[in-house]
Amino acid sequence: MSLSQDDVRRIARLARIAVSDDEVVASQSQLNQLFTLIEEMRAVDTDGIEPMAHAQDVMLRLRDDVATAPNRREAFQAVAPSVENGLYLVPKVIE
Amino acid sequence: MKTLKQQIDALAAGQTTSVALVTECLAQIAAHNGELNALVTVDADKALAAAAAADAARAAGDTRPMLGVPLIHKDIFCHEGWKTSCGSKMLDNFIAPYSSQVAENCDAAGFVVLGRANMDEFAMGSANENSYYGAVKNPWDTKAVPGGSSGGSAAAVAAGFAAVATGTDTGGSIRQPAAFCGITGIKPTYGIVSRFGMVAFASSLDQGGPMAKTAEDCALMLNVMAGFDERDSTSLERAKEDYTRDLAAPLAGLKIGLPREYFAEGLDAEVAAAITAAVEQYKLLGATIVDISLPNTKLAIPSYYVIAPAEASSNLSRFDGVRYGHRTAKTGSLDDMYEQTRAEGFGAEVKRRIMTGAYVLSHGYYDAYYIKAQKIRRLIANDFQAAFAQCDVIMGPVTPTTAWNIGEKNADPIAVYLEDIYTLGVNLAGLPGMSVPVGFASNGHPIGLQIIGNYFSEAKMLGVAHQYQQVTDWHCKSPAL
Repeated sequence: MSLSQDDVRRIARLARIAVSDDEVVASQSQLNQLFTLIEEMRAVDTDGIEPMAHAQDVMLRLRDDVATAPNRREAFQAVAPSVENGLYLVPKVIE
Repeated sequence: MKTLKQQIDALAAGQTTSVALVTECLAQIAAHNGELNALVTVDADKALAAAAAADAARAAGDTRPMLGVPLIHKDIFCHEGWKTSCGSKMLDNFIAPYSSQVAENCDAAGFVVLGRANMDEFAMGSANENSYYGAVKNPWDTKAVPGGSSGGSAAAVAAGFAAVATGTDTGGSIRQPAAFCGITGIKPTYGIVSRFGMVAFASSLDQGGPMAKTAEDCALMLNVMAGFDERDSTSLERAKEDYTRDLAAPLAGLKIGLPREYFAEGLDAEVAAAITAAVEQYKLLGATIVDISLPNTKLAIPSYYVIAPAEASSNLSRFDGVRYGHRTAKTGSLDDMYEQTRAEGFGAEVKRRIMTGAYVLSHGYYDAYYIKAQKIRRLIANDFQAAFAQCDVIMGPVTPTTAWNIGEKNADPIAVYLEDIYTLGVNLAGLPGMSVPVGFASNGHPIGLQIIGNYFSEAKMLGVAHQYQQVTDWHCKSPAL
Protein backbone atom coordinates (compact mmCIF):
# COMPACT_ATOMS: atom_id res chain seq x y z
CA MET A 1 0.00 0.00 0.00
CA SER A 2 1.24 3.46 -0.82
CA LEU A 3 -0.46 6.74 -0.01
CA SER A 4 -0.75 9.31 -2.78
CA GLN A 5 -0.56 13.03 -2.17
CA ASP A 6 -4.34 13.17 -2.55
CA ASP A 7 -4.62 10.49 0.12
CA VAL A 8 -2.49 12.61 2.44
CA ARG A 9 -4.68 15.67 1.80
CA ARG A 10 -7.77 13.60 2.55
CA ILE A 11 -6.26 12.28 5.78
CA ALA A 12 -5.26 15.80 6.81
CA ARG A 13 -8.81 16.95 6.17
CA LEU A 14 -10.16 14.08 8.29
CA ALA A 15 -7.73 15.12 11.02
CA ARG A 16 -8.72 18.78 10.69
CA ILE A 17 -5.15 19.86 10.10
CA ALA A 18 -4.26 22.34 7.36
CA VAL A 19 -1.23 21.19 5.35
CA SER A 20 0.90 23.06 2.85
CA ASP A 21 2.11 21.43 -0.35
CA ASP A 22 5.55 20.98 1.20
CA GLU A 23 4.03 19.31 4.24
CA VAL A 24 2.03 16.97 2.01
CA VAL A 25 5.24 15.78 0.37
CA ALA A 26 7.02 15.28 3.70
CA SER A 27 4.01 13.59 5.29
CA GLN A 28 3.55 11.30 2.32
CA SER A 29 7.06 9.95 2.68
CA GLN A 30 6.89 9.50 6.45
CA LEU A 31 3.39 8.03 6.51
CA ASN A 32 4.33 5.56 3.80
CA GLN A 33 7.36 4.47 5.84
CA LEU A 34 5.15 4.04 8.88
CA PHE A 35 2.53 2.07 7.01
CA THR A 36 5.22 -0.18 5.58
CA LEU A 37 6.12 -0.96 9.20
CA ILE A 38 2.49 -1.45 10.12
CA GLU A 39 1.94 -3.82 7.20
CA GLU A 40 4.07 -6.42 9.04
CA MET A 41 1.18 -7.26 11.31
CA ARG A 42 -1.23 -7.93 8.48
CA ALA A 43 0.51 -11.18 7.61
CA VAL A 44 -0.20 -12.59 11.08
CA ASP A 45 -3.06 -15.06 11.40
CA THR A 46 -5.45 -13.60 13.97
CA ASP A 47 -8.54 -15.60 13.11
CA GLY A 48 -10.51 -16.35 16.24
CA ILE A 49 -8.53 -13.86 18.36
CA GLU A 50 -10.66 -11.51 20.41
CA PRO A 51 -9.58 -7.88 19.91
CA MET A 52 -8.06 -6.40 23.07
CA ALA A 53 -9.41 -2.88 23.27
CA HIS A 54 -8.14 -2.16 26.71
CA ALA A 55 -5.38 -3.14 29.07
CA GLN A 56 -7.82 -4.25 31.74
CA ASP A 57 -11.30 -5.70 31.54
CA VAL A 58 -12.96 -2.65 32.99
CA MET A 59 -16.60 -1.68 32.89
CA LEU A 60 -17.83 1.86 33.10
CA ARG A 61 -19.03 2.37 36.63
CA LEU A 62 -22.55 3.56 37.24
CA ARG A 63 -23.23 6.25 39.78
CA ASP A 64 -26.29 7.93 41.15
CA ASP A 65 -27.71 10.50 38.76
CA VAL A 66 -26.87 13.46 40.93
CA ALA A 67 -24.59 16.43 40.35
CA THR A 68 -21.37 16.04 42.31
CA ALA A 69 -19.12 18.70 40.80
CA PRO A 70 -19.61 22.35 41.67
CA ASN A 71 -20.49 24.81 38.91
CA ARG A 72 -17.18 26.40 37.90
CA ARG A 73 -18.25 27.83 34.57
CA GLU A 74 -16.35 31.09 34.98
CA ALA A 75 -13.11 29.35 35.91
CA PHE A 76 -13.33 26.97 32.98
CA GLN A 77 -14.25 29.70 30.52
CA ALA A 78 -11.43 31.92 31.75
CA VAL A 79 -8.98 29.85 29.68
CA ALA A 80 -11.04 30.03 26.47
CA PRO A 81 -9.77 32.02 23.49
CA SER A 82 -12.96 34.07 23.33
CA VAL A 83 -16.14 34.16 25.42
CA GLU A 84 -19.03 36.55 25.88
CA ASN A 85 -21.92 36.38 28.33
CA GLY A 86 -20.98 32.84 29.30
CA LEU A 87 -20.85 31.64 25.69
CA TYR A 88 -17.85 30.50 23.64
CA LEU A 89 -17.36 32.73 20.60
CA VAL A 90 -16.37 31.21 17.27
CA PRO A 91 -16.29 32.66 13.74
CA LYS A 92 -19.65 33.36 12.15
CA VAL A 93 -20.60 30.45 9.89
CA ILE A 94 -24.12 31.49 8.85
CA GLU A 95 -24.57 34.72 6.92
CA MET B 1 21.25 15.63 46.75
CA LYS B 2 19.59 13.49 49.38
CA THR B 3 17.21 10.74 48.31
CA LEU B 4 13.52 11.09 49.10
CA LYS B 5 13.94 8.65 52.00
CA GLN B 6 16.88 10.65 53.36
CA GLN B 7 14.89 13.89 53.05
CA ILE B 8 11.93 12.36 54.88
CA ASP B 9 14.19 11.10 57.68
CA ALA B 10 16.11 14.37 57.95
CA LEU B 11 12.92 16.40 58.15
CA ALA B 12 11.43 14.07 60.76
CA ALA B 13 14.58 14.25 62.85
CA GLY B 14 14.72 18.01 62.67
CA GLN B 15 18.09 17.86 60.90
CA THR B 16 16.89 20.01 58.03
CA THR B 17 13.94 22.12 57.01
CA SER B 18 11.77 22.30 53.96
CA VAL B 19 13.09 25.79 53.28
CA ALA B 20 16.64 24.45 53.31
CA LEU B 21 15.78 21.57 50.97
CA VAL B 22 13.85 23.78 48.58
CA THR B 23 16.57 26.43 48.60
CA GLU B 24 19.16 23.78 47.72
CA CYS B 25 17.02 22.52 44.82
CA LEU B 26 16.33 26.01 43.52
CA ALA B 27 20.07 26.78 43.54
CA GLN B 28 20.76 23.65 41.50
CA ILE B 29 17.97 24.57 39.09
CA ALA B 30 19.25 28.14 38.75
CA ALA B 31 22.73 26.87 38.03
CA HIS B 32 21.90 24.21 35.45
CA ASN B 33 18.40 24.47 34.01
CA GLY B 34 19.52 27.06 31.50
CA GLU B 35 21.73 24.47 29.89
CA LEU B 36 19.59 21.36 30.38
CA ASN B 37 16.15 22.87 29.67
CA ALA B 38 14.66 20.18 31.90
CA LEU B 39 12.05 22.44 33.48
CA VAL B 40 9.67 24.71 31.59
CA THR B 41 8.22 26.44 34.65
CA VAL B 42 9.89 27.22 37.97
CA ASP B 43 8.13 29.25 40.64
CA ALA B 44 10.71 29.94 43.33
CA ASP B 45 8.52 32.32 45.31
CA LYS B 46 5.62 29.88 45.41
CA ALA B 47 7.91 27.01 46.38
CA LEU B 48 9.64 28.95 49.16
CA ALA B 49 6.32 30.14 50.54
CA ALA B 50 4.99 26.57 50.53
CA ALA B 51 8.21 25.38 52.18
CA ALA B 52 7.88 27.96 54.94
CA ALA B 53 4.28 26.94 55.47
CA ALA B 54 5.33 23.27 55.61
CA ASP B 55 7.99 24.04 58.22
CA ALA B 56 5.43 25.94 60.28
CA ALA B 57 2.96 23.07 60.01
CA ARG B 58 5.62 20.55 61.06
CA ALA B 59 6.55 22.72 64.02
CA ALA B 60 2.87 22.78 64.96
CA GLY B 61 2.75 18.99 65.06
CA ASP B 62 1.94 17.92 61.49
CA THR B 63 3.66 14.55 61.03
CA ARG B 64 2.94 13.79 57.38
CA PRO B 65 6.24 12.22 56.22
CA MET B 66 6.37 14.02 52.84
CA LEU B 67 5.50 17.40 54.32
CA GLY B 68 7.85 19.96 52.79
CA VAL B 69 9.66 17.58 50.42
CA PRO B 70 10.46 19.18 47.02
CA LEU B 71 8.83 17.67 43.94
CA ILE B 72 8.70 18.29 40.20
CA HIS B 73 5.64 17.45 38.12
CA LYS B 74 5.74 16.46 34.48
CA ASP B 75 3.95 19.23 32.60
CA ILE B 76 1.16 16.81 31.68
CA PHE B 77 -0.53 16.75 35.10
CA CYS B 78 -3.06 19.55 35.48
CA HIS B 79 -2.39 21.44 38.69
CA GLU B 80 -4.70 24.29 39.56
CA GLY B 81 -3.02 27.64 39.05
CA TRP B 82 0.01 26.18 37.27
CA LYS B 83 0.56 26.50 33.55
CA THR B 84 0.06 23.02 32.08
CA SER B 85 1.46 23.14 28.55
CA CYS B 86 2.05 19.43 27.82
CA GLY B 87 5.04 20.61 25.80
CA SER B 88 2.78 22.16 23.19
CA LYS B 89 2.19 25.55 21.67
CA MET B 90 -1.46 24.50 21.75
CA LEU B 91 -1.49 24.80 25.55
CA ASP B 92 1.15 27.50 25.92
CA ASN B 93 -1.43 29.82 27.48
CA PHE B 94 -3.29 27.20 29.52
CA ILE B 95 -3.44 27.74 33.26
CA ALA B 96 -5.10 24.65 34.70
CA PRO B 97 -8.39 25.51 36.41
CA TYR B 98 -8.41 22.20 38.29
CA SER B 99 -5.97 19.59 39.56
CA SER B 100 -5.29 16.06 38.45
CA GLN B 101 -5.75 13.31 40.99
CA VAL B 102 -1.97 12.80 41.04
CA ALA B 103 -1.38 16.49 41.82
CA GLU B 104 -4.09 16.41 44.47
CA ASN B 105 -2.55 13.33 46.07
CA CYS B 106 0.87 14.97 46.13
CA ASP B 107 -0.58 18.17 47.59
CA ALA B 108 -2.40 16.17 50.26
CA ALA B 109 0.85 14.42 51.17
CA GLY B 110 2.47 17.82 51.71
CA PHE B 111 4.94 17.94 48.81
CA VAL B 112 6.28 21.34 47.75
CA VAL B 113 6.16 21.75 43.97
CA LEU B 114 9.24 23.44 42.52
CA GLY B 115 8.11 23.54 38.93
CA ARG B 116 7.10 21.67 35.84
CA ALA B 117 9.21 19.33 33.73
CA ASN B 118 9.68 19.71 30.00
CA MET B 119 8.38 16.85 27.86
CA ASP B 120 7.73 15.71 24.34
CA GLU B 121 4.62 17.42 23.01
CA PHE B 122 1.56 15.54 24.28
CA ALA B 123 3.96 12.82 25.41
CA MET B 124 4.70 11.81 21.84
CA GLY B 125 8.36 11.02 21.44
CA SER B 126 11.31 9.00 22.59
CA ALA B 127 13.94 11.70 22.84
CA ASN B 128 12.40 14.89 24.23
CA GLU B 129 13.20 16.68 21.01
CA ASN B 130 9.52 17.28 20.23
CA SER B 131 8.80 19.94 22.84
CA TYR B 132 7.58 23.38 21.82
CA TYR B 133 10.02 24.66 24.44
CA GLY B 134 13.04 23.04 22.85
CA ALA B 135 15.01 19.89 23.41
CA VAL B 136 16.02 18.71 26.87
CA LYS B 137 19.68 17.77 27.27
CA ASN B 138 20.97 14.68 29.03
CA PRO B 139 22.87 15.68 32.20
CA TRP B 140 25.41 12.89 31.58
CA ASP B 141 26.25 14.26 28.14
CA THR B 142 24.64 17.48 27.03
CA LYS B 143 25.08 16.49 23.38
CA ALA B 144 22.75 13.54 24.00
CA VAL B 145 19.01 13.26 24.37
CA PRO B 146 17.55 12.43 27.80
CA GLY B 147 14.91 10.11 26.33
CA GLY B 148 11.24 10.84 26.13
CA SER B 149 8.62 11.74 26.80
CA SER B 150 9.36 12.16 30.52
CA GLY B 151 12.89 13.29 29.67
CA GLY B 152 12.52 16.55 31.55
CA SER B 153 11.56 14.67 34.71
CA ALA B 154 14.41 12.19 34.26
CA ALA B 155 17.00 14.88 33.54
CA ALA B 156 15.78 16.92 36.53
CA VAL B 157 16.16 14.01 38.95
CA ALA B 158 19.55 13.02 37.50
CA ALA B 159 20.74 16.63 37.78
CA GLY B 160 19.66 16.92 41.41
CA PHE B 161 16.86 19.43 40.83
CA ALA B 162 14.65 17.26 43.09
CA ALA B 163 14.79 13.75 44.51
CA VAL B 164 11.53 12.76 42.87
CA ALA B 165 9.45 13.70 39.85
CA THR B 166 6.25 12.48 38.30
CA GLY B 167 6.22 10.93 34.84
CA THR B 168 3.90 9.15 32.46
CA ASP B 169 4.48 6.10 30.32
CA THR B 170 2.43 5.33 27.20
CA GLY B 171 5.01 3.25 25.32
CA GLY B 172 8.03 3.48 27.58
CA SER B 173 8.10 7.15 28.52
CA ILE B 174 9.10 6.57 32.14
CA ARG B 175 11.40 3.59 31.63
CA GLN B 176 13.33 4.82 28.58
CA PRO B 177 14.28 8.28 29.92
CA ALA B 178 15.05 6.71 33.31
CA ALA B 179 17.45 4.35 31.51
CA PHE B 180 19.01 7.14 29.44
CA CYS B 181 19.52 9.36 32.51
CA GLY B 182 20.64 6.70 34.99
CA ILE B 183 17.72 6.90 37.39
CA THR B 184 14.98 4.53 38.56
CA GLY B 185 11.41 4.74 37.31
CA ILE B 186 8.35 2.53 37.39
CA LYS B 187 5.32 2.38 35.14
CA PRO B 188 2.65 0.74 37.28
CA THR B 189 -0.08 -1.68 36.24
CA TYR B 190 -2.61 0.16 34.09
CA GLY B 191 -5.38 1.50 36.31
CA ILE B 192 -3.33 1.83 39.51
CA VAL B 193 -2.65 5.56 39.14
CA SER B 194 -5.58 7.78 38.20
CA ARG B 195 -5.51 9.44 34.79
CA PHE B 196 -7.96 12.12 35.89
CA GLY B 197 -6.47 15.48 34.97
CA MET B 198 -3.55 13.93 33.12
CA VAL B 199 -3.65 15.27 29.57
CA ALA B 200 -4.62 12.24 27.51
CA PHE B 201 -2.51 10.85 24.68
CA ALA B 202 -3.59 7.20 24.28
CA SER B 203 -6.15 6.39 26.94
CA SER B 204 -5.79 2.62 27.05
CA LEU B 205 -2.00 2.88 27.41
CA ASP B 206 -1.18 6.05 29.40
CA GLN B 207 -0.13 5.50 32.99
CA GLY B 208 1.49 7.84 35.50
CA GLY B 209 4.32 6.78 37.74
CA PRO B 210 7.24 7.97 39.86
CA MET B 211 10.83 8.69 38.84
CA ALA B 212 13.62 8.89 41.41
CA LYS B 213 17.18 7.81 42.09
CA THR B 214 16.23 4.65 43.98
CA ALA B 215 13.60 1.92 43.98
CA GLU B 216 12.88 2.70 47.61
CA ASP B 217 12.01 6.28 46.67
CA CYS B 218 9.82 5.07 43.83
CA ALA B 219 7.95 2.84 46.29
CA LEU B 220 7.40 5.72 48.70
CA MET B 221 6.26 7.95 45.87
CA LEU B 222 3.97 5.31 44.37
CA ASN B 223 2.27 5.08 47.76
CA VAL B 224 1.29 8.71 47.26
CA MET B 225 0.43 8.60 43.55
CA ALA B 226 -1.60 5.38 43.43
CA GLY B 227 -5.14 4.78 44.55
CA PHE B 228 -8.67 4.38 43.31
CA ASP B 229 -10.30 7.46 41.82
CA GLU B 230 -13.97 7.34 40.92
CA ARG B 231 -13.47 10.27 38.51
CA ASP B 232 -11.35 8.05 36.24
CA SER B 233 -13.54 5.33 34.77
CA THR B 234 -10.47 3.17 34.16
CA SER B 235 -9.20 3.48 37.73
CA LEU B 236 -9.22 0.06 39.35
CA GLU B 237 -11.15 -0.43 42.56
CA ARG B 238 -8.50 -2.04 44.71
CA ALA B 239 -7.56 -1.73 48.34
CA LYS B 240 -4.78 0.73 49.11
CA GLU B 241 -1.39 -0.97 49.08
CA ASP B 242 1.95 -0.29 50.74
CA TYR B 243 4.44 -0.55 47.90
CA THR B 244 7.39 -0.56 50.32
CA ARG B 245 6.28 -3.80 51.94
CA ASP B 246 8.57 -6.11 49.97
CA LEU B 247 11.69 -3.95 49.89
CA ALA B 248 13.48 -6.18 52.41
CA ALA B 249 12.24 -9.45 50.92
CA PRO B 250 15.15 -11.79 50.08
CA LEU B 251 15.53 -12.90 46.47
CA ALA B 252 16.40 -16.54 47.12
CA GLY B 253 14.29 -18.66 44.81
CA LEU B 254 13.22 -15.75 42.61
CA LYS B 255 12.70 -16.97 39.07
CA ILE B 256 13.82 -14.45 36.46
CA GLY B 257 12.67 -14.94 32.89
CA LEU B 258 15.00 -13.77 30.15
CA PRO B 259 13.11 -13.42 26.86
CA ARG B 260 15.18 -14.59 23.91
CA GLU B 261 13.68 -11.89 21.72
CA TYR B 262 15.08 -9.13 23.97
CA PHE B 263 18.65 -10.30 23.37
CA ALA B 264 18.46 -10.68 19.62
CA GLU B 265 19.79 -8.74 16.65
CA GLY B 266 19.80 -4.99 17.16
CA LEU B 267 20.86 -4.99 20.79
CA ASP B 268 23.99 -2.95 21.38
CA ALA B 269 26.86 -5.09 22.70
CA GLU B 270 27.63 -2.78 25.62
CA VAL B 271 23.97 -2.71 26.67
CA ALA B 272 23.84 -6.50 26.43
CA ALA B 273 26.97 -6.81 28.57
CA ALA B 274 25.59 -4.54 31.30
CA ILE B 275 22.29 -6.42 31.39
CA THR B 276 24.09 -9.75 31.55
CA ALA B 277 26.24 -8.49 34.43
CA ALA B 278 23.14 -7.35 36.30
CA VAL B 279 21.53 -10.75 35.80
CA GLU B 280 24.72 -12.38 37.15
CA GLN B 281 24.39 -10.17 40.21
CA TYR B 282 20.84 -11.41 40.67
CA LYS B 283 22.12 -14.99 40.54
CA LEU B 284 24.47 -14.14 43.40
CA LEU B 285 21.46 -12.86 45.31
CA GLY B 286 19.79 -16.25 44.95
CA ALA B 287 17.72 -15.89 41.80
CA THR B 288 17.46 -18.55 39.15
CA ILE B 289 17.23 -17.86 35.44
CA VAL B 290 14.57 -19.20 33.11
CA ASP B 291 14.81 -19.06 29.35
CA ILE B 292 11.50 -17.72 28.05
CA SER B 293 10.07 -16.52 24.77
CA LEU B 294 7.86 -13.56 23.91
CA PRO B 295 7.38 -14.55 20.28
CA ASN B 296 5.29 -11.57 19.22
CA THR B 297 7.73 -8.94 20.50
CA LYS B 298 8.38 -7.48 17.05
CA LEU B 299 4.67 -7.02 16.46
CA ALA B 300 4.43 -4.64 19.40
CA ILE B 301 5.74 -1.84 17.20
CA PRO B 302 3.13 -2.01 14.41
CA SER B 303 0.35 -2.74 16.90
CA TYR B 304 1.33 0.20 19.10
CA TYR B 305 1.74 2.58 16.19
CA VAL B 306 -1.83 1.86 15.14
CA ILE B 307 -3.51 1.84 18.54
CA ALA B 308 -1.72 4.82 20.10
CA PRO B 309 -2.26 7.18 17.12
CA ALA B 310 -5.88 6.05 16.83
CA GLU B 311 -6.54 6.96 20.45
CA ALA B 312 -4.49 10.14 20.09
CA SER B 313 -6.49 11.30 17.09
CA SER B 314 -9.62 10.96 19.18
CA ASN B 315 -8.22 12.50 22.37
CA LEU B 316 -6.60 15.42 20.62
CA SER B 317 -9.76 16.33 18.73
CA ARG B 318 -10.60 18.47 21.78
CA PHE B 319 -7.90 20.94 20.73
CA ASP B 320 -9.97 22.91 18.26
CA GLY B 321 -9.37 26.47 19.40
CA VAL B 322 -12.82 26.91 20.92
CA ARG B 323 -12.80 26.15 24.64
CA TYR B 324 -9.14 26.48 25.59
CA GLY B 325 -5.68 26.67 24.16
CA HIS B 326 -4.31 28.29 21.05
CA ARG B 327 -6.63 29.74 18.39
CA THR B 328 -5.47 30.93 14.99
CA ALA B 329 -5.65 34.63 14.20
CA LYS B 330 -6.60 33.80 10.62
CA THR B 331 -10.25 34.38 9.89
CA GLY B 332 -12.44 32.09 7.85
CA SER B 333 -15.06 29.45 8.27
CA LEU B 334 -15.34 27.31 11.38
CA ASP B 335 -13.62 24.45 9.57
CA ASP B 336 -10.83 26.80 8.51
CA MET B 337 -10.43 27.88 12.10
CA TYR B 338 -10.14 24.28 13.30
CA GLU B 339 -7.66 23.36 10.59
CA GLN B 340 -5.46 26.45 10.92
CA THR B 341 -5.55 26.31 14.73
CA ARG B 342 -4.40 22.72 14.72
CA ALA B 343 -1.81 23.34 11.99
CA GLU B 344 -0.31 26.19 14.03
CA GLY B 345 -0.69 24.61 17.47
CA PHE B 346 0.65 21.10 16.92
CA GLY B 347 4.22 20.11 16.10
CA ALA B 348 5.25 17.74 13.32
CA GLU B 349 5.27 14.53 15.38
CA VAL B 350 1.84 15.18 16.85
CA LYS B 351 0.40 15.97 13.43
CA ARG B 352 1.91 12.79 12.02
CA ARG B 353 0.32 10.67 14.75
CA ILE B 354 -3.06 12.36 14.54
CA MET B 355 -3.10 11.85 10.78
CA THR B 356 -2.07 8.22 11.21
CA GLY B 357 -4.86 7.75 13.71
CA ALA B 358 -7.44 9.45 11.54
CA TYR B 359 -6.49 7.15 8.68
CA VAL B 360 -6.55 3.85 10.57
CA LEU B 361 -9.94 4.73 12.04
CA SER B 362 -11.42 5.87 8.75
CA HIS B 363 -14.08 4.01 6.83
CA GLY B 364 -12.70 0.98 5.04
CA TYR B 365 -9.51 0.74 7.09
CA TYR B 366 -10.83 0.30 10.63
CA ASP B 367 -10.91 -3.50 10.54
CA ALA B 368 -7.72 -3.88 8.55
CA TYR B 369 -5.67 -1.73 10.89
CA TYR B 370 -7.34 -0.89 14.18
CA ILE B 371 -9.10 -4.19 14.90
CA LYS B 372 -6.12 -6.12 13.57
CA ALA B 373 -3.83 -4.21 15.93
CA GLN B 374 -6.11 -4.99 18.85
CA LYS B 375 -5.94 -8.70 18.01
CA ILE B 376 -2.16 -8.51 17.90
CA ARG B 377 -2.34 -6.76 21.26
CA ARG B 378 -4.13 -9.80 22.66
CA LEU B 379 -1.40 -12.10 21.32
CA ILE B 380 1.24 -9.96 22.99
CA ALA B 381 -0.62 -9.97 26.31
CA ASN B 382 -1.02 -13.76 26.03
CA ASP B 383 2.74 -14.11 25.48
CA PHE B 384 3.40 -12.36 28.77
CA GLN B 385 0.92 -14.53 30.66
CA ALA B 386 2.51 -17.67 29.24
CA ALA B 387 5.89 -16.35 30.39
CA PHE B 388 4.65 -15.57 33.89
CA ALA B 389 3.59 -19.20 34.24
CA GLN B 390 7.31 -19.96 34.24
CA CYS B 391 8.86 -17.04 36.12
CA ASP B 392 8.22 -14.35 38.74
CA VAL B 393 9.65 -11.39 36.86
CA ILE B 394 11.00 -10.79 33.38
CA MET B 395 14.27 -8.97 32.84
CA GLY B 396 15.95 -7.48 29.81
CA PRO B 397 17.17 -4.21 28.38
CA VAL B 398 14.98 -1.12 28.39
CA THR B 399 16.35 0.05 25.08
CA PRO B 400 18.52 -1.47 22.33
CA THR B 401 21.04 1.39 22.57
CA THR B 402 22.03 4.13 24.97
CA ALA B 403 21.04 7.77 24.42
CA TRP B 404 21.72 9.06 20.94
CA ASN B 405 22.84 12.55 20.07
CA ILE B 406 20.38 15.40 19.79
CA GLY B 407 19.28 15.76 16.18
CA GLU B 408 20.87 12.48 15.10
CA LYS B 409 17.57 10.81 14.22
CA ASN B 410 15.46 13.84 13.36
CA ALA B 411 15.22 12.91 9.71
CA ASP B 412 14.05 9.38 10.43
CA PRO B 413 11.17 9.20 12.92
CA ILE B 414 10.61 5.53 12.11
CA ALA B 415 14.11 4.72 13.39
CA VAL B 416 13.13 6.35 16.68
CA TYR B 417 9.95 4.25 16.83
CA LEU B 418 12.05 1.09 16.54
CA GLU B 419 13.97 2.07 19.69
CA ASP B 420 10.83 1.32 21.71
CA ILE B 421 10.76 -2.38 20.88
CA TYR B 422 11.36 -3.63 24.44
CA THR B 423 8.98 -1.26 26.18
CA LEU B 424 5.82 -1.13 24.05
CA GLY B 425 4.58 -4.63 24.84
CA VAL B 426 4.30 -3.82 28.54
CA ASN B 427 1.92 -0.94 27.79
CA LEU B 428 -0.12 -2.94 25.33
CA ALA B 429 -0.59 -5.67 27.95
CA GLY B 430 -1.11 -3.17 30.79
CA LEU B 431 1.66 -4.70 32.89
CA PRO B 432 3.98 -2.93 35.31
CA GLY B 433 7.57 -2.32 34.21
CA MET B 434 10.52 -0.46 35.59
CA SER B 435 14.01 0.70 34.75
CA VAL B 436 16.98 0.30 37.08
CA PRO B 437 20.47 1.73 36.44
CA VAL B 438 22.97 -1.08 35.83
CA GLY B 439 26.00 0.54 34.25
CA PHE B 440 27.43 2.84 31.63
CA ALA B 441 28.55 2.48 28.05
CA SER B 442 32.07 3.49 27.06
CA ASN B 443 30.72 6.88 25.95
CA GLY B 444 29.54 7.52 29.51
CA HIS B 445 25.83 7.09 28.75
CA PRO B 446 23.80 5.21 31.38
CA ILE B 447 22.24 1.78 30.77
CA GLY B 448 18.96 0.61 32.29
CA LEU B 449 17.73 -2.87 33.19
CA GLN B 450 14.06 -3.44 32.58
CA ILE B 451 12.11 -5.46 35.15
CA ILE B 452 8.62 -6.52 34.06
CA GLY B 453 6.17 -7.94 36.55
CA ASN B 454 2.78 -9.54 36.37
CA TYR B 455 -0.31 -7.43 37.08
CA PHE B 456 -0.27 -5.72 40.49
CA SER B 457 3.20 -6.97 41.38
CA GLU B 458 4.70 -3.49 41.89
CA ALA B 459 5.72 -4.19 45.48
CA LYS B 460 7.58 -7.32 44.47
CA MET B 461 9.29 -5.57 41.53
CA LEU B 462 10.37 -2.66 43.69
CA GLY B 463 11.78 -5.15 46.20
CA VAL B 464 13.66 -6.94 43.43
CA ALA B 465 15.14 -3.61 42.32
CA HIS B 466 15.87 -2.47 45.87
CA GLN B 467 17.79 -5.63 46.73
CA TYR B 468 20.00 -5.08 43.68
CA GLN B 469 20.57 -1.49 44.75
CA GLN B 470 21.68 -2.69 48.19
CA VAL B 471 24.68 -4.44 46.66
CA THR B 472 25.47 -2.10 43.75
CA ASP B 473 25.98 1.65 43.46
CA TRP B 474 25.00 2.48 39.89
CA HIS B 475 21.97 4.36 41.22
CA CYS B 476 24.16 6.46 43.50
CA LYS B 477 26.19 7.98 40.69
CA SER B 478 25.50 11.53 39.59
CA PRO B 479 26.57 13.39 36.47
CA ALA B 480 29.31 16.00 36.71
CA LEU B 481 27.59 19.28 35.95
